[in-house]
Amino acid sequence: MSTLTRYSAIPYTGPAPTNRAPYVPKNAEPANARGEAIATTLGNAAMTQERGQDMPTFLVERARIADVLRNLAENPDLAFILPLDCFGTDYPDREERFDVVYQLYSLKNNERIRLKVRVGENDTVPTSTGVFKSFDWFEREVFDMFGVRFEGHPNMRRILCHEAFQGHALRKDYDPAQRWILTEQNVARIIPKIDPRFATEDTDFERVTLNLGPSHPATHGTLRIVVTLDGEKIIGADAEIGYLHRCFEKMSETHTYQQVIPYTDRLNYCSAIINNVGYALAVEKLLGIEAPARAQQVRLMLSEFWRIADHIVCISANLVDIGALTNYWYLMQPREEIIGLTEACSGARLLPSYVRVGGLAVDVPSNFLEQAQRLVDMLPRYIDDVEKLIWKNRIFRERVQGVAVISKEDAINFGFTGPCLRACGVPYDVRKASPYIGYETYDWDVPIAEGGDTYARFLVRFEEMRQSLRILQQAIDRGLPAGPVIVDNPYVALPPKSKVYNEMESLIYHFKLIMHGIQPPVGETYFQVEGGNGELGFYVVSDGTKNPYRVRVRPPCFPLFEAFGQMITGQTIPDAIGALGSLNIIAGELDH
Amino acid sequence: MPIEKIDNPNSIIGRKLNQLPGSGPEKGIQTLPGESERDIADFAGGSYLTTTVDTMVNWARSNSLWPFPFGTACCAIEFMSMVGSHYDVSRFGAEVVRFSPRQADLLLVEGTIVDKMGPVLKKIYDQMPEPRYVIAMGACATSGGFYRAYHVMQGIDEIIPVDIWVPGCPPTPDGLMYGILKLKEKIDRGEIRRS
Ligand code: SF4
Repeated sequence: MSTLTRYSAIPYTGPAPTNRAPYVPKNAEPANARGEAIATTLGNAAMTQERGQDMPTFLVERARIADVLRNLAENPDLAFILPLDCFGTDYPDREERFDVVYQLYSLKNNERIRLKVRVGENDTVPTSTGVFKSFDWFEREVFDMFGVRFEGHPNMRRILCHEAFQGHALRKDYDPAQRWILTEQNVARIIPKIDPRFATEDTDFERVTLNLGPSHPATHGTLRIVVTLDGEKIIGADAEIGYLHRCFEKMSETHTYQQVIPYTDRLNYCSAIINNVGYALAVEKLLGIEAPARAQQVRLMLSEFWRIADHIVCISANLVDIGALTNYWYLMQPREEIIGLTEACSGARLLPSYVRVGGLAVDVPSNFLEQAQRLVDMLPRYIDDVEKLIWKNRIFRERVQGVAVISKEDAINFGFTGPCLRACGVPYDVRKASPYIGYETYDWDVPIAEGGDTYARFLVRFEEMRQSLRILQQAIDRGLPAGPVIVDNPYVALPPKSKVYNEMESLIYHFKLIMHGIQPPVGETYFQVEGGNGELGFYVVSDGTKNPYRVRVRPPCFPLFEAFGQMITGQTIPDAIGALGSLNIIAGELDH
Repeated sequence: MPIEKIDNPNSIIGRKLNQLPGSGPEKGIQTLPGESERDIADFAGGSYLTTTVDTMVNWARSNSLWPFPFGTACCAIEFMSMVGSHYDVSRFGAEVVRFSPRQADLLLVEGTIVDKMGPVLKKIYDQMPEPRYVIAMGACATSGGFYRAYHVMQGIDEIIPVDIWVPGCPPTPDGLMYGILKLKEKIDRGEIRRS
């Protein structure tokens, strides 16, 4: 393990090297106090609070985790009804080596909670699928990655890795490059369970099992759905994922903090910059630093442009599936302009890796604001035109209205966030609920729609693009603050080249940073941003070395696709295709 | 029997040379080449065109590639840009995207292929009729890219042969187009397999 050394002759007067003391988040005090209040309200003896965390954190007895989760959800004062995440962490030196971590959110109080369960290698954890449907897949993922078994889980098999895979990849003693080859003989056949609503129905049709994907034009990549059809009606559906499992989390553990940024790009590759921002903010939180105002505003503006681009891809590809090809040709043009702006800033088109921990890679071009203004002026016309093309179109309406409905309660129970949750009438948006990089200073609204059908999701996405434009216009009117785009802290950001070549200490800093990387203090943190598809969170654990000990991404697509099987049961195949497009499942993020 | 040259005022070639379309006496009436025997003569300008069958077939093949986009990841989004209106790959005759391997002759592998996807890719390649060409788009399809990881195939040439590798992560649309043009060159040079 390498440690930072202080050179007494260095005239740097900023914050001290960061890995000296354990990480204490800025809001540790209120979090502790709130944690105590929660424990009192609940009166549950199975929880002990962990202190000094960024949100109320409890250690829960293994056998009673499901009860605790249920109590938290059902208590009317707390109402932690939105399951955000469930994942594992491996500490091989400990006797009970695994942590299974649960994160919940309360829509009522706008607060978060984290629960941890310690698990030994041969222990099982009671399943919580009875409390949150969402945790079905999440628990399977924990099993796949760590080998932790969940007792009572209805379908405890691998989810991301393939059938011939041996071992559990995210365990610390698993070699990151150890592959296992899957051959056609080993591929499992999937037969979906028939929905009980239709199990006894007797029709004249023969039941057929149909496989869609993973290479199917309407699945946009690598999704696989197996459905059982009764005539035209889908009476059972099962989804299989993992066809793009690129080991993001393991790769992060083998790279330095800055090197992880290109990997985050490739999670949701339709709005890559938002992933960059989310990850950088998580590490910055761990480091206790804040990027300069200029960098923050550029981050915000590019995030909003890419949110629009993300929605453009979603809407146009979805319309292609429904049969309206024109919109695709038409909408690709403004998207190309957004890409052009990004390219002018970063040099890369689609996956810019433009953000750094502590700021931005380079400053924006001098005509950034004019270019942004040009885009903001031209985009509304495209949005309006496409809306005009489809809104009054009866074929379109009949194909989307009332199709693939998900109720508000189900959506919450499945852990929906983002446009799909807002299409069910829940106004939850991370940018409003816990604002970051200055969203609280802009005047904009969170659009919601009622109904939770494909049509509602279209409505929300269209309106969100307009709201993003509103934010952008205000940002342009304010102008970019002057100043640097990356923090002046040589333990985080490389000193400018002019200094490196002329000053001894800058050269040393440069060398140290390249060789030893950023070394945040020991601790864990979670940070969430509003991605194109919903809450995109990064949970980072640091052990004080240059590589993250654990990076967990909370992929917003994951719960969306989990619910897909239920949403399309009772519908027809063409409706299912339309619904799939409206969820905007991005495989890179889904399978991380 | 040599073909006699006969002046045909209705033939396209003739019209192009002599008058602007629509301005002649035959307004609105068009004869396409091949419609009558005489047009063949016109088409070749009244003379013979000699070539080998190989060149002729290669020329036809290389100018109408029907791609099967095996898009798995980020590279597929750049492929979308390439077929989109801005870059417009139809200029090179490769825009007829087919989602059935049986109708396609160019397999465009766009994106990371993980081990779980391997058998699927192999099956799709096997289903394509000959002649078939493969382009590996991007670092991942070429070599696994920067995913040196437990679940990622380190280049699709582990399971299927590849004609053209396009570098980049992701390659720009122009880069991919260049790859397609290179493939065209390769086809033009190649021999037709006869069995
Ligand atoms: S080469 Fe790069 S852009 Fe292409 S699929 Fe791989 S990671 Fe994505």
